[in-house]
Amino acid sequence: MAALAAAGATVGGGVLAGRMEPPRASSERSASNGSDPSTEPSLSTDLLDLLDALAGVLYPDGVEGRREFVETYVLGRVSDRSDYRDGVREAAAQLDAVARDWEGSPYAELDADVRDRILRNLGVETADPDPEGPISDRIRFYLVDDLLFAFYSSPTGGRLVGIENPIGHPGGIESYQRGTMPNAAGDPNGGESDG
Amino acid sequence: MADDGGVGDGVDRTPASRADVCVVGSGPAGALVAHRLAEQGADVVVLEAGPRFDFANRREQQEEHIRPGMGDPWEMGGPRDDYTTAGRQYPLNAARVKGVGGSTLHWQGMVMRLHERDFEMETRYGVGADWPIDYEDLRPYYAEAERALGVAGAMDNPYAPPREEPFPLPAFPPSHSDSLFADACERLGIDMHSVPNARNSEPYDGRAACQGYGTCKPVCPSGAKYTAESHVRKAERAGARVVDHAPVQRLEHDDDDRVETAVYATPDGREHRQSARQFVIACGGVENARLLLLSASERYPEGLANSSGVVGRFFMDHLFAGAGGRLGEPTRQNHIGFNTSECHQFYDDSEPVEGLKLEFLNYAGPSPVMEALGADTWGDDLLEQLRDAYGTHVAIGALVEQLPDAENRVTLDPSERDDHGNPVPRVEWSLDGRTERAIEHANAIQHRILTELGAEVEWTVGPDATGPAYHQMGTTRMGSDPESSVVDADCRSHDLSNLWVLGSSTFPTGGAMNPTLTIAALSLRAADALEAAL
Repeated sequence: MAALAAAGATVGGGVLAGRMEPPRASSERSASNGSDPSTEPSLSTDLLDLLDALAGVLYPDGVEGRREFVETYVLGRVSDRSDYRDGVREAAAQLDAVARDWEGSPYAELDADVRDRILRNLGVETADPDPEGPISDRIRFYLVDDLLFAFYSSPTGGRLVGIENPIGHPGGIESYQRGTMPNAAGDPNGGESDG
Repeated sequence: MADDGGVGDGVDRTPASRADVCVVGSGPAGALVAHRLAEQGADVVVLEAGPRFDFANRREQQEEHIRPGMGDPWEMGGPRDDYTTAGRQYPLNAARVKGVGGSTLHWQGMVMRLHERDFEMETRYGVGADWPIDYEDLRPYYAEAERALGVAGAMDNPYAPPREEPFPLPAFPPSHSDSLFADACERLGIDMHSVPNARNSEPYDGRAACQGYGTCKPVCPSGAKYTAESHVRKAERAGARVVDHAPVQRLEHDDDDRVETAVYATPDGREHRQSARQFVIACGGVENARLLLLSASERYPEGLANSSGVVGRFFMDHLFAGAGGRLGEPTRQNHIGFNTSECHQFYDDSEPVEGLKLEFLNYAGPSPVMEALGADTWGDDLLEQLRDAYGTHVAIGALVEQLPDAENRVTLDPSERDDHGNPVPRVEWSLDGRTERAIEHANAIQHRILTELGAEVEWTVGPDATGPAYHQMGTTRMGSDPESSVVDADCRSHDLSNLWVLGSSTFPTGGAMNPTLTIAALSLRAADALEAAL
């Protein structure tokens, strides 16, 4: 349980581990997973369940159709990017392993405030998004930034801020002359041009 | 199995056995001339240092741009692109691209003609240098370039030089943000007008209309923004051969002052020799000069085509001046990544004489997604932060002319080597007092407008904070006198009769207009001369 124990110790010390070393395959850590000691951490839940649970922390309260959004614009967006998707899955497994180690439960099954606390205790809010970095950097890159990118480059997230066609989304050509944001038409993507 | 030079794609990268014209570089300058000459039946080979970027990946590249930590969408940087700099630090790799299409892959796509005065600054004002051609010489080629690039524009600019026909595409209408500026500018007697954009306002030339992804610079996923990939494709359809991953190391000449060979490398470490009857170098405002300097020979010890000694000298850029603030109402920024209104009213002023054009920005302030990705919180706290950050910004930018100065220059730096062991380019670049005063003049106009608008000015980019617009110009200047210039009015080297240098490196002065339309017009003009030389 070396790596995860290290993370736990950091939390215990009240210091956020922005640069903690990623868990490596080891008998100690794997023992905590109850899995084959020769493999990387595995997800105890469906990837979509974990991402949706994470979105519940990252997205503002009251976002409707969140799971459908995550399925379409997070998982769907990277469906043909196998290397990247592997990175997402691996980072999700790492986060899940931390949750099981610290809280004794899969990440997706924890209360929202506990899910939030795990991220903050990992130092993810100030981590550098780095696909090659320590676990907090990889969680920031593959999970947090991915979910935030999908959300705030969509009309769903943009509308909450005041822009129905944010950059990254095709449709600004229809809206840039408007003086006000029209009401959403109600589709899951926010009601603006889907390009 | 084709000899692909170690790229692994099976594409033949060996030299063509016969070539009428060898073009080095596949940006707009090289692509346009390659297309025109191939259309006329010439055997054309284009050697491109960088890769061919698959259009199918543009959404992914857009994500790379928006998201921190994903790397440069155009893969710039590293030993291949190393450089050194002196004076005011010049960020050379910020906006140039090595790849099929060149820096138009990255550019924003603003395409204005230079004004008549830009061609005769020395005669009119005693500064800079006259061009060996005037506006009338270039005028038909400007029109041809506008058709080639597909320029969306309108005839509403009272300060534009004379033109013979409407733009090929209708202009993009003013933004809501522009409309907020309109009353203030009218009260001040400042005229706003449309912006010529190399961006499809409707489908054109096989490319889609703009959809408003908002990331024109550096990635347009819709294909509405012109890139020189368009004319590379046309050139290939006309029979030209385009070899990517083929950085030219040097040019070699014979005893009769004719270039014989372009020596290029492939990723497997081998060198290849492409011969041709005519050679065109079109690899950007820094690499054009660098390639000539790297091609020094016993006969040209200071660099090929450099008997004048001015290769690399008179490096210029346009300076950015800007100011912005916030209004008490929504300004609707960041829906699109390009501008729809400008002001060229002050361009031809004589006090100061430096050209100046104002841009009313449609992307003032942060975009929500980029702000979110840089934030250190999430959930409701993040949303609150984004609402505070977005929504009421306004800003005015400007390009300001920098007059040529021989001490601003590109040289070779033997203390650092690129991935092929060649000295890297060294960019020595500084601003003089008159340029700084011209920037301050732009700031003063910007402040007047913002104040009249009722905005609280929160930031100003003046002489201290200014940076380049990444329009690298002047290093192989054209002129009539071989003693003081590198190429003639047709962009042909004074020293070597079959060597042509295309691009903004040939500009004797740079005005304050984005240079690519002039690059394109000069290339089309040079294509006529090249055709006659074949």
